[in-house]
Amino acid sequence: MTSTLRILPFLRPRHRPWRLVERNILAYRRIWYIFLSGFVEPLFFLLSIGIGVGKLVGDLDVGGHLVPYRTFVAPGLLAIAAMNGSLLDTTFNFFVKMKYAHTYDGVLATPLSPRDVATGEITWALLRGAAYSAAFLFTMLAFGDLRSGWSLLALPGAVLIGFGFAGIGLAATTFMRSFVDFDYVNMAMIPLFLFSATFFPLVRYPAGLQAVVRFTPLYQGVVLERSLVIGDLHPTLLLHAAYLAAMGLIGLRVAARRIGLLLQP
Amino acid sequence: MNGPMIEARALTKRFGPFVAVDGIDFRIEPGEAFGFLGPNGAGKTSTMRMIGCVSPRSGGVLRVLGLDPTDDGPEIRARVGVVPQEDNLDTELTVWDNLMIYGRYFDLPRREIRERATELLEFVQLSDRRSSRVDPLSGGMKRRLTIARSLINRPELLLLDEPTTGLDPQARHLLWDRLYRLKRSGVTLVLTTHYMDEAEQLCDRLVIMDNAQIVAEGSPRQLIVDNVTREVVEVRLAIDADPAAEVAKLKRFGDRVEALADRVLVYTDDGDATAGEVASDGFDAASVLVRRASLEDVFLILTGRTLED
Repeated sequence: MTSTLRILPFLRPRHRPWRLVERNILAYRRIWYIFLSGFVEPLFFLLSIGIGVGKLVGDLDVGGHLVPYRTFVAPGLLAIAAMNGSLLDTTFNFFVKMKYAHTYDGVLATPLSPRDVATGEITWALLRGAAYSAAFLFTMLAFGDLRSGWSLLALPGAVLIGFGFAGIGLAATTFMRSFVDFDYVNMAMIPLFLFSATFFPLVRYPAGLQAVVRFTPLYQGVVLERSLVIGDLHPTLLLHAAYLAAMGLIGLRVAARRIGLLLQP
Repeated sequence: MNGPMIEARALTKRFGPFVAVDGIDFRIEPGEAFGFLGPNGAGKTSTMRMIGCVSPRSGGVLRVLGLDPTDDGPEIRARVGVVPQEDNLDTELTVWDNLMIYGRYFDLPRREIRERATELLEFVQLSDRRSSRVDPLSGGMKRRLTIARSLINRPELLLLDEPTTGLDPQARHLLWDRLYRLKRSGVTLVLTTHYMDEAEQLCDRLVIMDNAQIVAEGSPRQLIVDNVTREVVEVRLAIDADPAAEVAKLKRFGDRVEALADRVLVYTDDGDATAGEVASDGFDAASVLVRRASLEDVFLILTGRTLED
């Protein structure tokens, strides 16, 4: 976690990657309304699945805490929103800028380096994801779904989920040759979305499958958020956090290297 | 600054087995306008990218502003302006924001960038388009904006890769005028081109590149004097004529004869006299034209090919 903070430019405002964040603010300033979907989508999910489906399901046991289905599913949706939010800018949008708009060719003719580009785009994705996650957390607060004081860590948790997926997303995108390859992203995201213990507890899976799910990336985030929000703290949460941090760091490293190879041959 | 602006010795660029730049030497002094002239694929862009520190060299020595691109890339790039061959303006931003954010990439304070951007838009005659997006601009306007953008950091060295390719004549002349003014203000210009007239207009000195190597170096005038006769007679052949056969017939009229697809060039020091001889000899030509020798001829004589090949 400390090394994460050192690599992200949060604490060094004059650091060069922030210029990419500035660039994205300028670009999105005119189309700010597209951000609305990011706020509204998880809210719709919470209403339909949490309230609608929740009525049929009844209460669930999370580490000894009996909670309504909505309270169970909301942190899962939060983790999904954090994943989706960070993947949008680091996959599709990044691909367009790199391959078609040649935005980074212009950027790299300045003192900025491939690593600055990778770090900057990830930082931007995290800021955007954090805004969505914060809005979602307020909704949960309004519904009474934040059951513990540890919920204060749910936002940093969401940023960490975003970091993991932003890093991996950026790295994966550098290997894509055309838009067709984005089908692989969807192919990876849909099962993660459905089967990461998001909508039902892990114990529902057969034992063999449980072991597989335990190693998938979104599961780490879902457990992290659910435990924090419900107040079911245990030391293994640090492992989940470490998993996400490692994913982000490796992704960042690979992405920076690949951007250099692709754009500065 | 003391010493050369750029110095290269045995500079080499390889992409796998392909050699893009094959051990070239050159030296560019401060305040000079220096050109790399050559056909597509000669290695000009690869050379420019190495100078601009966006492509690592495969071999040899390169110093830009006295620094080594391998170690000091960001510092060199901070002092260099780049006009790439293909426009890479930020299409999601307006004209003004393109300049603003580019200045920010160089870590300049916003107030400073605003002042410079206003001046630069004036300089490239785009002040009235400052709120426009990039896409609707014409090719010439985009090029001018790219030049304005490349000047936002007040570079000591400006790299221009085929600055006027694809532009109409008016746009080219406007651009040449701006580049000429920059040169007068002391900016070192390094440009690539495959246009002879551009090289003659802008370059104090140039190298001719072919097949990844430098085949000649000098001022435009000197290259012509050293390699070509003063004048050229262009004999355009009749449609059904066989150029090879006609070349043999024309050989006796000039010091040197080169056959192109549709015409034969006769190199001579007195064009009018030679043209007269060709005509009085009853040679069957569609047209005969006398002109001064140009860099095009230098290239043809040195490489046996035209630049358009």
